[in-house]
Amino acid sequence: MVENPSKIEISHLVKTFGRKVVLSDISLSIPTGQSLCIIGTSGCGKSVTLKCLLGLITPDYGSIKIDGKETIGQSRTHREEMLRRFGMTFQFGALFDSLPIWQNITFRLRQNKYLSRQKAREAAAEIVVQLGLEARVIDQYPAELSGGMQKRVALARAIADKPEILLFDEPTSGLDPITGGVIDNLILDSVRRLGATALTISHDMASVRRIADQVAMIHKGRVIWSGPSTQMFDSGIAEVDQFVHGHAQGPLTDEAILAAKTGV
Amino acid sequence: MILGLLRNIGQASLSFMAAVGKISLFTFAAVRWSVAPPFYGRQLGRQILDIGFFSLPVVGLTTLFSGMVLALQSYTGFARFSAEDTVATVVVLSVTRELGPVLAGLMVAGRIGASMAAEIGTMRVTDQIDALDTLSTRPMQYLVAPRLVAGTLCLPLLVLVGDIIGVLGGYLVGVYQLNFNPSLYLSRTLQYLEFSDITLGLVKAAVFGFLIALMGCYHGYHSGRGAEGVGVATTNAVVSSSILILIANYLVTALFFG
Repeated sequence: MVENPSKIEISHLVKTFGRKVVLSDISLSIPTGQSLCIIGTSGCGKSVTLKCLLGLITPDYGSIKIDGKETIGQSRTHREEMLRRFGMTFQFGALFDSLPIWQNITFRLRQNKYLSRQKAREAAAEIVVQLGLEARVIDQYPAELSGGMQKRVALARAIADKPEILLFDEPTSGLDPITGGVIDNLILDSVRRLGATALTISHDMASVRRIADQVAMIHKGRVIWSGPSTQMFDSGIAEVDQFVHGHAQGPLTDEAILAAKTGV
Repeated sequence: MILGLLRNIGQASLSFMAAVGKISLFTFAAVRWSVAPPFYGRQLGRQILDIGFFSLPVVGLTTLFSGMVLALQSYTGFARFSAEDTVATVVVLSVTRELGPVLAGLMVAGRIGASMAAEIGTMRVTDQIDALDTLSTRPMQYLVAPRLVAGTLCLPLLVLVGDIIGVLGGYLVGVYQLNFNPSLYLSRTLQYLEFSDITLGLVKAAVFGFLIALMGCYHGYHSGRGAEGVGVATTNAVVSSSILILIANYLVTALFFG
């Protein structure tokens, strides 16, 4: 049996800001076509890992490979080529306020493929309809849409160029459970349709259960557990158990109290 | 105590040098990406409209009343040694060489510098700048370069219009309040005015426009988190561009003085 090759391979990633060690040793591997969710408490290093992957932050040490090719230290041109293979949704959407929805969705298509205005509008309308929105929203501005609609538009922007890798930063944060469920289904559907590899950061365990094949928990800048999502409730690690069950008492709470007292 | 004082001076010096270095690198990158393709024409057009067209009322009103006040004040002074007929010359030279560019620069710094810092700062705190980057678009080229080019191009045009309005203000006061002969006032206005007086003002304006856009973009781009961060960035943009305008005003004047 041929083993599924890694699409993304992160090895021994270290990042410090001043004296604060944010990532002390992160190693993760995502096979092609799989969906990995990174979970962990606030400030554990999830977002920094994602930003390192995108090249927005340069790690102090470590390696990030996409399809076996090293991405750290590459030229700006190579990085831009690499980024064309990514689609990303940000926690709060990060839609461009000054542009209507159709321009937001087709931003990359118009920059890179010189799509005409008419074709871009048609493409945007097609995508929003796929994501359960009415075609007329393409002429509205982000501020005119609800939180759930903005998340759908952010997803539309991420998948418009049919990327190989999809990154989701807290895709369901700030949404009610029903809308969150709808967004999860749209993510699953988009990932399957594109045959993409997905990496998601989430605190929402219901969402993690729905969209993840694999789960990794980061704590204090290290991966303390990783495995299939079906096994995350039986990890046998106290920190993971507390996090996935959402218990108020446990080692994570004790550490937070200690950190608040000592200022460390 | 002395060691503490020296440490504080050292820390302040290092912080200052670090800030100068950071601004220099930002300026270098901004200029570099302003002259390299792709060029974002729509963004440039939007900025030209915002800086050049929508700043006209503010600049026009400022220079109009400055020209009017200047005519009144110079008349009061020159009447003491019977040199009232130089009022028109003083007004036109002061407005074109000094007041037009400086006042327009300061007003635009308040209006445009603040709005650039607030807009880019908000984009920073809401991850829109990171989103641009992930969409394979250089934020420096898409956000900063059009503003820098528009600022540098538009301020001289604004000052040119402001100069005309300022001189008109002086004319209105001279003719209708101080009872100068209209044709004599006009001939006095043009008699000693040289082309270099106007170009000096326009060169100053271009430098001020560049500085305003640079400071607005720089502080917005490096805005701190949250509403407070954007507020601080906006304040810093206005304060730093106003101070730099006054410093650059002296330097450019001194350069042309010889």
